[in-house]
Amino acid sequence: MNGKTLYTVIIFSENTVGLLNQITIIFTRRQLNIETLSVSPSAIKGIHKFTITTFADKDTIDKVVKQIDKRVDILKAYYNTDEDLVYQEIALYKVSTELFMKMNGVEELIRKYNTRVLEMNESCIVLEKSGHYEETQELFDELSHSIGVLQFIRSGRIAITKSKVERLSDMLSAMEKRLDIKPEER
Amino acid sequence: MDKQKITGSDALLKTLIAEGVETIFGYPGGQIMPFYDRLYDYQKEIKHVLVRHEQGATHAAQGYARVSGKVGVCVVTSGPGATNTITGIADAMMDSTPIVVISGQVPAPMLGTDAFQEIDVIGITQPITKWAYQIRKPEEIVWAVSRAFYIASTGRPGPVMLDFAKNAQIGLVDYTYQKVTTVRSYQPFPTIEPGHIAAAAELINSAKRPFALVGQGVILSGAEKELFAFLEKGDIPAGSTALGLSAMPSDYRLNKGLLGMHGNIGPNRKTNECDVLIAIGMRFDDRVTGNLQTYAKQAKIIHFDIDLSEIGKNVPVDIPVAGDAKETLAAVTERLIAADHSAWINSFAAHEEEEMEKVIQKEAYPEEGALRMGEVVGKVSVAVDHDAVLVTDVGQNQMMGIRYFNYRRTRSVVTSGGLGTMGFGLPAAIGAKFGAPARTVCLFTGDGGLQMTLQELGTIMQEKIDLKMVVLNNAFLGMVRQWQELFFHERYSSTVMENPDFAAIAGAYGIKSRTVDKREELDDAIAEMLHHDGAYLLVVNVETHGMVYPMVPAGGTITDMIMDEK
Ligand SMILES: Cc1ncc(C[n+]2csc(CCOP(=O)(O)OP(=O)(O)O)c2C)c(N)n1
Repeated sequence: MNGKTLYTVIIFSENTVGLLNQITIIFTRRQLNIETLSVSPSAIKGIHKFTITTFADKDTIDKVVKQIDKRVDILKAYYNTDEDLVYQEIALYKVSTELFMKMNGVEELIRKYNTRVLEMNESCIVLEKSGHYEETQELFDELSHSIGVLQFIRSGRIAITKSKVERLSDMLSAMEKRLDIKPEER
Repeated sequence: MDKQKITGSDALLKTLIAEGVETIFGYPGGQIMPFYDRLYDYQKEIKHVLVRHEQGATHAAQGYARVSGKVGVCVVTSGPGATNTITGIADAMMDSTPIVVISGQVPAPMLGTDAFQEIDVIGITQPITKWAYQIRKPEEIVWAVSRAFYIASTGRPGPVMLDFAKNAQIGLVDYTYQKVTTVRSYQPFPTIEPGHIAAAAELINSAKRPFALVGQGVILSGAEKELFAFLEKGDIPAGSTALGLSAMPSDYRLNKGLLGMHGNIGPNRKTNECDVLIAIGMRFDDRVTGNLQTYAKQAKIIHFDIDLSEIGKNVPVDIPVAGDAKETLAAVTERLIAADHSAWINSFAAHEEEEMEKVIQKEAYPEEGALRMGEVVGKVSVAVDHDAVLVTDVGQNQMMGIRYFNYRRTRSVVTSGGLGTMGFGLPAAIGAKFGAPARTVCLFTGDGGLQMTLQELGTIMQEKIDLKMVVLNNAFLGMVRQWQELFFHERYSSTVMENPDFAAIAGAYGIKSRTVDKREELDDAIAEMLHHDGAYLLVVNVETHGMVYPMVPAGGTITDMIMDEK
């Protein structure tokens, strides 16, 4: 990706309507493509966590993250490269039961890829694999090559920093102490 | 102990009053009618100014906010009422102007159904507001409105949009005002780093040729005194951005004038000669810097700003000083060693002389030929003893306005900087007069820009607003014509203006007016305008092919200024 790095942007926000829009506009203005996106409630009640990956140069990602961080409803935004993170994606593969059963070395395949069978009926089987992009892709390639994949879906990346604590909890308690906020005033 | 329930509209009005609102600019319509109906009973507490177009309401709110330092407020209806506010909201976002825009919206149960005059106001305004929120229940009103004022006015100020569903205007609610003073996810004042304060002071103390760039942040922070103390102790000359003008009086010895594309020669050239460049509450806009590759490369740069995302955005910074300028300037000043840079300061004089000879003499003191914009602005400034509020539109009139008007007090300039919105001037002047009723408000506008919001003459008529309006009529879209002359081989594509009789239009609105095209009449006409009790429109027919000089072509090096060679 011509000298660009894959960055993982992690954003903690209030759980308000329209936040995703606020965030994506900032990526759009800087012409950054969002590669993956995952949004879910965080460990702290009422706070949402966005995990977004994008290819960018350092200068651009730095400015984009500052601009995201500045939005009123954003608690904290930061970015990391892969070295700082433990990250994972999950993929589901639907294949034909008949073909799968006839396939050579099914057991080895399941072991090799550390795959689980989630669902099995007369017509189809759904396999699940989690891993890095390359890993889920490899299984996809192998299956498509041998028996074909009827449906495939991959989740966005989820990531955790290698440093010990979720920085947010500290920041949040400091912030609440500083502002003297009682829970009902949030 | 039974509390009386009130309607959402009453709750909104009471919250506005509690937030200190005295004036609102607006325009009614279907989805905001319950509010307007209740407003009828609050006329003693809140003055509503009926504008003629919702864009006018937003610019008026901006003008009001810029001169008064308070939050400007607009109320409009849903759909087209709301979309008509977009330009003003975007302008306020670019220029950090605190306004709260309240638009009516269809009842919450009808949202998303393409109901009559329903529009996704939040979706449209999110990129151009500091905060945009839809009020769907009357219970949210106090919280949302108070939060809106808090967000609009703190930190780096900006516009807030409140989309107010009709059911919330009508529904009943227990009213208890509770002021919002914190928002967990929003830190308006970044923590001041003592290390950065010390480093900044140390660098300034070591400087031989320090130069300060003053932006609107100084005014927004109310840091004019702190700036003065800082410049005095460090003996530091300063230039000003367009929006930073009037933070320092024009005649202050360390005020070296305007920066940027049509700025003064001295401050632009010195930007590339200084050894330490100290930016205070400004954002290195391209109209100020020109080509970044050749901008202040020799200097160490210190940037004072309240907005962390501005620091390092356009220009790499050696020492960031995050925080409110009022505090950070004072903290740095405390650590300064009183300095004397008189030789450096005196070195500006040669540039001033050069500009006087090559540009100002011809523009402000011509003896023959057609009237010139700079001459008109300069004479009005003298006639008001340099102590009026200057409001400009956009284009040559704006550049001439800010170049040739002078100031004694802060918050004396209202102009559209970042967005460069033609049509801003007239409604902004209306708002400015409400924001500073005791002050003379002078508007300079072009014949083009005036016609973008001309309908606001109706507001002036109805409200009997004492504005001194000067149309600098060059029968061209002058600034575009100037670029065509310089960069497009004099091909005047769509810039010739066939204009109406502006004085007759003013007359139709009952506004006193006079048209002048001779030098001998100008002084008298200005005196007549200023002595007239009430609104006055002075139409001055000026040189049709006038140019604003000096000029740094867009993207050019800040020191390469084109002068008037004719
Ligand atoms: C809403 C809007 N449309 C277009 C422009 C582009 N523009 C900038 S200056 C200018 C000419 C302004 O002409 P006029 O109002 O007559 O003022 P003058 O420059 O002659 O003083 C134009 C068209 C703008 N800034 N704003």
